[in-house]
Amino acid sequence: MTTGLTPLERLRIRLAVNGAEVEREVEARLSLADFLRQDLGLTGTHVGCEHGVCGACTVLVDGRTARSCLLLAAQADGARVTTIEGLTPAEGLSPLQEAFRACHAMQCGFCTPGMIVASTELLAAAPAPSEAEVREALAGNLCMCTGYVNIVRAVLQAARAGAASPGR
Amino acid sequence: MKPAPFRYARPATAAEAVALLASAPGEAKLLAGGQSLMPLLNMRLARPAVLVDVNGLGELARIEPGPDGGLVVGALVRHSDLAASPLVRERAPLLAAAARHVGHTAIRNRGTLGGSLAHADPAAELPAAVLALDAAVGLLGPRGMRRVAAADFFRGLLSTALAADELLARVIVPAAPPGWGFAEMARRPGDFALAGVAVTLGARGHARIVGFGLADRPLRLRGAEALAAAAPRDPTMPARAGAAAGADCDPATDVHASAEYRRHLATVLTEDALREAVGRLGS
Repeated sequence: MTTGLTPLERLRIRLAVNGAEVEREVEARLSLADFLRQDLGLTGTHVGCEHGVCGACTVLVDGRTARSCLLLAAQADGARVTTIEGLTPAEGLSPLQEAFRACHAMQCGFCTPGMIVASTELLAAAPAPSEAEVREALAGNLCMCTGYVNIVRAVLQAARAGAASPGR
Repeated sequence: MKPAPFRYARPATAAEAVALLASAPGEAKLLAGGQSLMPLLNMRLARPAVLVDVNGLGELARIEPGPDGGLVVGALVRHSDLAASPLVRERAPLLAAAARHVGHTAIRNRGTLGGSLAHADPAAELPAAVLALDAAVGLLGPRGMRRVAAADFFRGLLSTALAADELLARVIVPAAPPGWGFAEMARRPGDFALAGVAVTLGARGHARIVGFGLADRPLRLRGAEALAAAAPRDPTMPARAGAAAGADCDPATDVHASAEYRRHLATVLTEDALREAVGRLGS
């Protein structure tokens, strides 16, 4: 959907979030991260730096990772967005989440959703990544507890367990 | 860290985008991948009244073969797609290699070639790569399309020949010589480079060696180029040209690195990139 030649301060958007159709009117300046958290109550997407450096707000947009703090909700009009909630089974944990738990790959947990989303994209493209590939794929996700060793272990363990299952 | 209010438009065609720019003279900004502009908006370092989102312009998202063995790359091509494109890897592998070094995966999934060139960060990879490839850009404005060589496009820190009422529509890459090399030093994968070098090298008389992170814009290292063009297959050439590259630049000291270290990197990275390029020249 295009707006034509009239710039708007508020507009109506329609998108699929975790498989569900959503339609809302939003302010043009609203970020996708704030839209997910404030308008839809999907607070699993965390907002850290708000300028694309920390990776905590990473979501999948049409199947590829994006910083939701650097995307306007208006730009997600027509898109398919998957958040950490959409990667979580109705009951229990996904294999990737289970590996994070088993490897003690979360400390405060703030970076974890972004780490899981970025790892999901990695494992979809490379089901058996090397440690170097895991480290590179997660280089854009900061863990302020500096728990990287266990995070990398968790992703490698999940890969061995065959976690490369698509999200919703 | 929220942007100031603005009005937002998402045109369907490049002509509409140009009309939107003309309707808000000096007040409108184009939004492509948003990986540089959105942080500036969030920090309120930029406060445009109108944001023209060009992500709907499918006509600018194509990669096509050029008539002369080169390429025409739409400005909206994302770094991930540039890096993965078989056509780019075949015809301008330097461009694909440079794209792989931009930011992190999530940034490469959104960031665009045109956006990187228009933003003109002096430490960015793609401006240096297009200059090394002797590419040109097509700028679409109210009076139609004009073509500007990469050599004339970059004017200084975050400054280009793109006028406020123009849209960078495409990048025209001529047939590339067989030799190419790319080397950069960044503290972590995905960080902006402290310095880097992009090279194209021909078997006879052609060398373009472009440094980034070494000046206020991508910088041709002309002393190094002269040595490389004169004797591309001389085994001592990469080291001699590297030494010349150090003298070709006058980098600045900042919080990330000293001028001396950057000059050292210019030397080492030029030598590395030239060795790569020589290896690809064949016999």
